[in-house]
This record gives sequence, structure tokens and C-alpha cells, in this order.
Amino acid sequence: MSALEARTESVGGPVQLSVAGVAKRFGGVTAVQDISFDLRKGQILSIIGPNGAGKTSLLNMISGFYKPDSGRILLEDRDITRRKPSEVAALGIARTFQNIALFSGLTVLDNLMLGRHVRMRAGVFGSAIYWGMAQREEIANREVCEELIDFLKLQDLRKQQTGALAYGLRKRVELGRALALEPSVILLDEPMGGMNQDEKEDMARYILDVNQERGVSVVLIEHDMGVVMDISDHVVVLDRGRKIAEGTPAAMQREPAVIEAYLGTKS
Amino acid sequence: MTQFNSGLADSPATSTLPKLLERNAASFGHSPGMREKDFGIWKTCSWQDYLGNVRDFALGLAALGFKRDDKLSVVGDNCPRLYWAQLAAQALGGIAVPVYQDAIATELVYVLDHAEVSVVVAEDQEQVDKILSLKDELPHLRAIIYDDPRGLGSYDDAMLQSVVATRRSGQAFGEANPDYFARELAQGTADDVAMIAYTSGTTGRPKGALLSHRNLIATSETYFKVETAKAGDNWLAYLPMAWVGDTIFSLSAALVCGVTVNTPESPETVRRDLRELGPHGIVAPPRIWESLLTDIQVKAADASWLKRRTYNYFADLARRRELMKSDRKPIPFATELAYRIGDVIVYAPVRDQMGLGNARWALTGGAPLGADTFRFFRSFGINLKQIYGATELSALACTQSDADADPNTVGQPVPGFEVRIDDAGEVQVRGPGVFVGYYKQDDATRAAMTPDGWLKTGDAGLISPDGQLAIIDRAKDVGKLSDGSPFAPQFTENKLKFSPFIREAVTFGDGRPFVTAMIAIDLSTTGAWAERRRLPYSSFMDLSRKPEVAALITEEIAKINTTLPEPNRIRRFLLLNKELEADDAEITRTRKVRRGFVAEKYAGVIEAFYSGAGNVEVTMDITFEDGRKTTLTSNIAIHGGSPAAGRKAA
Repeated sequence: MSALEARTESVGGPVQLSVAGVAKRFGGVTAVQDISFDLRKGQILSIIGPNGAGKTSLLNMISGFYKPDSGRILLEDRDITRRKPSEVAALGIARTFQNIALFSGLTVLDNLMLGRHVRMRAGVFGSAIYWGMAQREEIANREVCEELIDFLKLQDLRKQQTGALAYGLRKRVELGRALALEPSVILLDEPMGGMNQDEKEDMARYILDVNQERGVSVVLIEHDMGVVMDISDHVVVLDRGRKIAEGTPAAMQREPAVIEAYLGTKS
Repeated sequence: MTQFNSGLADSPATSTLPKLLERNAASFGHSPGMREKDFGIWKTCSWQDYLGNVRDFALGLAALGFKRDDKLSVVGDNCPRLYWAQLAAQALGGIAVPVYQDAIATELVYVLDHAEVSVVVAEDQEQVDKILSLKDELPHLRAIIYDDPRGLGSYDDAMLQSVVATRRSGQAFGEANPDYFARELAQGTADDVAMIAYTSGTTGRPKGALLSHRNLIATSETYFKVETAKAGDNWLAYLPMAWVGDTIFSLSAALVCGVTVNTPESPETVRRDLRELGPHGIVAPPRIWESLLTDIQVKAADASWLKRRTYNYFADLARRRELMKSDRKPIPFATELAYRIGDVIVYAPVRDQMGLGNARWALTGGAPLGADTFRFFRSFGINLKQIYGATELSALACTQSDADADPNTVGQPVPGFEVRIDDAGEVQVRGPGVFVGYYKQDDATRAAMTPDGWLKTGDAGLISPDGQLAIIDRAKDVGKLSDGSPFAPQFTENKLKFSPFIREAVTFGDGRPFVTAMIAIDLSTTGAWAERRRLPYSSFMDLSRKPEVAALITEEIAKINTTLPEPNRIRRFLLLNKELEADDAEITRTRKVRRGFVAEKYAGVIEAFYSGAGNVEVTMDITFEDGRKTTLTSNIAIHGGSPAAGRKAA
């Protein structure tokens, strides 16, 4: 009956985001080596692996912060490998950061409105006199943000500066900021890092809602295995820059290579 | 402005709540009937749309087979759809059973089963989950209608349907049966039962008080002969819908007077919504007045030196002026002049901050409010008055006039009501609000009424020579110390709760040599106090154990003791390491202490108070929101002198 149980059905739409043989070196260090995976429409895909496995580097390549040295990244058959971050965002890939990246002096609402920036067309001049298109655009954008405020239950914090908010709430605002882009894919880099159990449960609930209610595909980096196993449709396991396994959460729990990477082998 | 004739309940055109809605839709048409804040914007619904929504919903219920005398329950935070649902059920001759939205599953199942509820209208997924988990225990339940569809997309229970779908099927039903709604509405009479209000029950199981349309309409009508409410006024509906007072104000009185009811965006935004709206009148239980006062006190303490000095000066001036007024002494010209200046620079801005700038009246009821708290609001120019009532009295039996507002009385009977005190000192009431009876509990009904038709309220009280009723305490709670001096626990607790650092207090003393108190500190104010002193703490429990906090409360109690009669002074106390919780059954959902239950639960503590022990081992059951239970054992220190020293001082 509950939404959680519904997750056990496998989700398999057409391929939405395809990562094909990407690699990235920093000087002599190989951060990511020949990694491929497909994110299907409507999936929650988790990337797991020990520290330094290359998870965040991989997200950075998808979102355009890093340029891969080789390999290709396709968003619905469109090559986005060498696109700038702003172009990737405009194409519908939003992300959150491991270390919260909000404007702490701005209100929750303003942070969300900023998330709409790539969707806005009015220029500096039009916005300054707030007339015609600029005004219509502002109202339409405010509507999107208000809907998100409702979705994430931030009504009472609308006009509060984000710097003054508790950590868990800031993470939630950051999710809202990413959603304000109206993405088709959202990349979440440790959305539950540093949270207590209650906050984690709330966040897991929101991620499921983002996925189910808003139809956004999710790429999730998370260390809490309980959460990963509960909410993911598909798991990709990295170790030292390589993909060592992928499959359903249940299969990954049994996979010897995964157990080895996490626990080490008997010598 | 339309003037209404008296005796609405006696006229067939206005004898039920939904008929009043129809009248308002005809006379007010497109002016605002209800307003809801959603997505950050106040959205208005005209009286005609209000009626249209109720009609569609009623026909949607009819399509589900909802009939006369069927019961519909609403569970959730205040929102227009939940009010429409109740009126829709009443339009078909059904009965509304609002329940507390924060009730845990085991409490809900008792009420829903006892009332034989067939349709539940739930606000959101959380409430739907609760009801679905109880489905097997509710043989009468036929449908669950939800308002907010979020998270419910994958639910496939056949009982579930949305408010939108209900209205749509109602429109289709209406096209097939064009006269249905009008016919059903016309069949309603004033003596039909409109609602079952389950009493919060400070003792035992909740009882379902049956209230007729006549009870609700006549009480509202007579009450608003002595209080002002104009068509087009705004009120904020934010109190639990299950409390009878909410039905009286947000449905009955609002319909009788043509007042626009506004609902807040979420429970967390009530204070901000209140300020945006600036309602023309407000009802709040003592709990809210206490927390408003605490807020002001904290903000004043944290303000800059100049602001703090200004506030303190004018707050003190206002207090002195208020005392002169209540003693009916002449107010010196200089004081009055300074007060006028204070009104501009302090009182009016504070009123505005609270959202009470437009309020012609503010009411407190449900439980007594401490005299100092009461006077504070009056001194700041807020027309705060006490009301007195009970669920069995449709909430409003006595009220104060603007001139006679006094913290020690609850005013005079509203026209049409009569009050008397029986030989044992119990308050008894007769009038149009007296309920029909308890649902399926005739014994309890007989026990609650005198043979000559007066309701026994269970409150101990007296009537002053000028006709003002004063409530002393719950009759069964008033006791005597072992030396024979009278002891009223609630009176003492209200004194304690005036301290901003004390959130809840339970006092003991009946049959004992002296008075003792269990105190729950106020986490926000005591926490802020600790922060100002750079006193680190991790949790409520940790804070309550700090010796500095014990010293602070000792000082507060010493101050309060000077205002108490000598024998009633508090000699020993302890600081609870958790707040009193409705989920643990220690207080009711309306935050009244369930004294008998607490005394039993903390029997060991009470023993230790009087045995002279320095600390006590307490084992507590803690109930989580989902109904799971756990126990917590901890050692709590008892403060104050030893009992021997206490007796010496006494």
C-alpha cells in the first residue's frame, strides 16, 4: 500500500542519460576510468563506493563542471559531453552539492527564484523597470517557486535568510533550488550527509516524491546504505575510479566485488 | 449591512447551518465567504462559490450513499474543504464528527468506531495512512475522501477518492437528480443533530456530546447580541476543528453573522498569517496568550538598550494604569497622557506585531488564564475578555462586557442562559446551548443533568454580588491541606505559568501538609536564557537538570510565592525531564492537565515530595507518534527545603 513498497517494482523507461566510457585524469591521478552506465527515465539510480572512488568527479562531468578526457555523455541522444554547466542546466539537469551552496544572506524564496535564473529571458533593463514581459515572467516564476515551497513544506521559512536555518533545512532548500530549474534529471550529491535520522527520513520521502510525483529521474550519491537500498531502483558501484558492479539493490548486496570493496577480502 | 432578525433557529428558512449558508449566498453573493492562504496568496471564495462547493460535495456524498443521520468525520488542519464537507453532510441531514488531527491511531479508532462514522474526509497522506491502518476496526467506514493528493498517487484502495472527484461525481449526480439538494436541505430542522463533539476527557474515555443545529445557531445568535460581529469582518480559523469552539465560531457564528472565515497556510505560519490578516476578533486558549506573552518578553529582553528601557518603562506604566482602572480609581492626567504617548510608540506596534491591531475583541476560554497575563494584554490596549462554556454548553455560556473584563471572573451569562450555584458549590447552567445528550451513553447524560434540566458543569464557582461568575477550579480538584486550609491546584498552577520559564505545572497538596509542584520548563525561553549565560545544553532533559536552571526556577517560585496565600506557597518542586504530552495522555488535546492520571503515573514522585527524599527515580512510558511505546527511567532531583523545614516556615 505505501509508496515505499511500490518502489520494489522495477522502473524501466527509455534511456534518459547515458554515460559511455568516460575517464578523467588530474595530472598523474586517474579519478575516473572508463565508466559507463545508463539512467532510465523515472529511475532513482544510486552511485556508491568508498571515499575517493570518483563519485563526485563523475557527477561533475555530467553537470559540465569537468570535461572528460575521453568518453561521451548523452542526454536523450544529445551529446552534452563538452557543454558548459549553464548549458547543461538549461537542458534540464539540476544538481545539489555535497557542501551546501546557497546564498546565505538571501531568503529561502530568493534562493529558489535564483534557481530559475536559466529559465528567465528578461534583461537587466526590463527587470529594473519591472514592466511587460519582465513582470509576467517574474509572476510565472514566483508561481513555480511557491509550488515548490508548498511541496517542500517551507511555507513558514519563505522570508527567512538561509544562513540562519538549521542544516537539514538548508539541505531541503538546496533541493528546492535545484528543482526550481524544472529539471528532467536531478543529481544529488550526498543530500543526507550530516543529517540525523529524522531528517534523513524526511529527505528520503522528498526524494521519492520528487521522483514519483514530479517524474524527475534521480542520480544519487549517498553513504547511508539503508537509504540507498530502500529507495534506489538501480545501483552503480565504484571503487578507485572504476565501475566494479551495477544492478538492483538486492543483487548488489550479494555481489562479491562489492562486499570486497566495502569490507576488504580475507588475505 | 444586513440586519438579522432574532430567532433564526425558529424560522424554517434558517433553521440549520447549511440553510444559513444558502441565505448568505443569496444576500451577500459575490462578497468573500471564505479565504484560504495557499501558495503564499490569500485566495478568496465568494459566498455563492462557498454554497456551490458545499452543494457539489453534498451531492457527491449522496452518490456514495450518504443518508440522513449518517456520520461524516473530518481530520486535518483547518481548511475550507473540511468545513464544506461538514456542511455538506449536514445539508443531507447527516452529522459532523470533527476529530483532533494530532490524535494517535488508538485514540481515533475509539471515536470513529463509537460514532459509527461512515465517511472520513482527511487532509493529506498522513491522515489517510492513519485511517487506512484502522480500516479493519471500523465496520461502518465506507469512504475516505482526501484533500491533498500528494503522495497518494500509487494508493489503490477502493475506499479512497479525492475531494475533486467527489465534487465532480456530485455535479453528475446533481444533473441526474436536479431537486435532490434543495429537497434534502428543506427537510432539515433545527432539532436535528448537527455535530458530535467528543469531549477532551480529563478523565476516562471521551464522551460524544450531541449538539443540534438549534444549540449552535441559538448560542451564536445570542452571543453576538452582546459582542460585535459585522458582515464582512474577518476571522482566522486556526484552532483544532475538533474543539467545539471552532465549530461555533468558524461555522455557526460566521454563518449567522456573515463573517468571512480565513484559514492559515500551515500550522507553522499561523502567527504570520494572523499579522497579514489582522482579524476583527480572535479566540485563543490560555496556552496561546501565554506563548504570545513569552514571545514579547523574550524579544524585549533581547532588544537594544534603548528599546528595552522604553519597553520596560511603558509596560510598567500600562500595568499601573490597568490596576487603577480595575480598582475603579481615577487615572491621573499625567499617567493618561504618558499612556497615550506609549500607545503610539509601544502598545500599537506590539499589537500590530501580534496581528491584533484590528481586533475589536479577543477572547480566552477553555481554561483559566493567569491574572497577570490577562492584565498584560488589556494594559496594551487589547480588549481581552474571558468566556466560559463547555462542550455540553456549545462553548459559550458566559462572557464579560468590555467594562467588566476582570481576570478573576468569567463574566455574566449570555442572554438566554442562566447560571446557578448548587449547595455543593457546583456551577449549573440552563440555556439554548445545553446539549441534546451524550451519544449512546444515556447514563452519562442523566448524570450530567439535574432533574429540573440544568447542566452540571463540574466546575466549582461562585457568583459575586454584581452577578459575575467566578470559577475556582474543577469541583473534584479543589481540596484541603492537612491543616484544613483550602487548596485549588489550577489557581496555583496558573500563577506558576506566568513565569516565562515555566511552560506547564502540576501542583499537589490535597490532604498533604504543604504544596508541591512538578514543573516542565519552557524550552525556548529557558534555552535562550541559558544561551545568554553561555550555558551549553543538548536537549530538554539536559537543560532541565542544570543546577543553574534549578536556581533560576527556585528564584521564580520565590517571586510567585509572595503572591500566594501563606499555606498555599510551594515548598518543594522538581523539574520534569520531558514535557507533558497529549500522546502520553498526561494532558488533553486542548492542553488541560489530566490530574488523576498524572497523580497515578507520578505516585512515586509525590511520595518523595513528602518523604523528604532528595531525589526520585522516575519511570515513564513514552509514546511515539506512530503509537510505539518505550519506557525511560531517570533520576530527578527534588528542589526546595526538606519537608521539615517547609513545615517550620509554614
